[in-house]
Amino acid sequence: MNGAHDLGGMHGLGRINAEPESKEPVFHADWEKRVFGLVRAVGALGRWNSDMTRHARERQHPADYLRHTYYENWLAGLEKLLVESGLVTAEELASGKASQLADEALRKRVLQGKEVAAIEARGSSAAMPTDTPPRFRPGDRVRARNRHPTGHTREPRYVRGRAGVIQKHHGAHVFPDLSAQGVRVGRHLYCVRFEASELWGENANGNSAVYVDLWEEYLEPA
Amino acid sequence: MSEHHHHHHDHTEPPSDLVLRVKALESLLVEKGLVDPTAIDQLIDTYETKIGPRNGARVIARAWVDPDFKSWLLRDATAAIASLGYTGRQGEHMKVVENTPQVHNLVVCTLCSCYPWPVLGLPPVWYKSAPYRARAVADPRGVLKEFGTELADAVEIRVWDSTSEVRYLVLPERPAGTEDWSEEQLAQLVTRNSMIGVERAKSPQEVAKAS
Repeated sequence: MNGAHDLGGMHGLGRINAEPESKEPVFHADWEKRVFGLVRAVGALGRWNSDMTRHARERQHPADYLRHTYYENWLAGLEKLLVESGLVTAEELASGKASQLADEALRKRVLQGKEVAAIEARGSSAAMPTDTPPRFRPGDRVRARNRHPTGHTREPRYVRGRAGVIQKHHGAHVFPDLSAQGVRVGRHLYCVRFEASELWGENANGNSAVYVDLWEEYLEPA
Repeated sequence: MSEHHHHHHDHTEPPSDLVLRVKALESLLVEKGLVDPTAIDQLIDTYETKIGPRNGARVIARAWVDPDFKSWLLRDATAAIASLGYTGRQGEHMKVVENTPQVHNLVVCTLCSCYPWPVLGLPPVWYKSAPYRARAVADPRGVLKEFGTELADAVEIRVWDSTSEVRYLVLPERPAGTEDWSEEQLAQLVTRNSMIGVERAKSPQEVAKAS
């Protein structure tokens, strides 16, 4: 979707104002810590995947997405997914009072403190095989397709319609556009190099390029 | 709920709506049996005290002293990094890009906040901010200048937009004057920002000044 999250190239957002590295804490408030932990702990129940999580944050009004701080967007996405998945009712969320316990099967899957270290160290691979051979090879010239899906996509607006060169075939990875709808299929994934002048025209920085990981569905021969 | 997550509040100031909303959500989920608060404590502790940019600094220092490790790291970063014990969430598919006198690399995630957690921990606020995400791809030289990093026009800038589950880590240039430094000493020169690519690694002079 063409949401406020798709920020590459946007103007008027001001300076970055980075905190000095040696002074910046991992979290800036206790509520941020709890939101981080809640998102990860509830996510471990397996009722949604990371593409659904990203899409839930994107599906806010653009003004809200930009106004919120980072962990406010995490919180908004979590509340949305909890209600949409039926884990929590809208009434429970509004009142803060549980009307009934979660299903026993679900309660048995709750992430325990002692499981955290192993789960974090294991992670989960996004590689997923596909039967079709890759359409492109390193060195091929490609164009990012000019598509504007209303659902989740990882093809940023600033590359659409632009030509680049395949740098690397990463193999087949879970295709995020379908994964965000709950359909997990593998599609070929490539790293594509775009010259800055192709992306930004006369306003481009000199001597620079942007590398973007793009799925085969996003690409056509150029 | 654990008791240690509200002790910083000033007693004269009532908790904000946001603090109350998060507390209410956590108690609701605990009451429904969907969350174990000790798992939340453990998740927080993991990224506050165990997983952070010192991991990445050890990877870089090893690459600076060991040419075989460096070529492995550039060829198969996931395996080379795992050999030092750094694996898992948000680092399943690692790629390391090398800075040279001719090429400078910079990492961003324009669509959200993708970042290599096992080697760098959780991203800083600026990395997740709208201005960085907007400008890194369109005006990388301006962004670098804001971080005090001036590059000659002859140096090519490569920006890596983390749009997939591949996670990028910059291998900064080894600073001059460190030829006889140990791996442990070298790791002190490797900052988080140098591994994102907005700054260079520290020089021996900078470290001497700071201590």
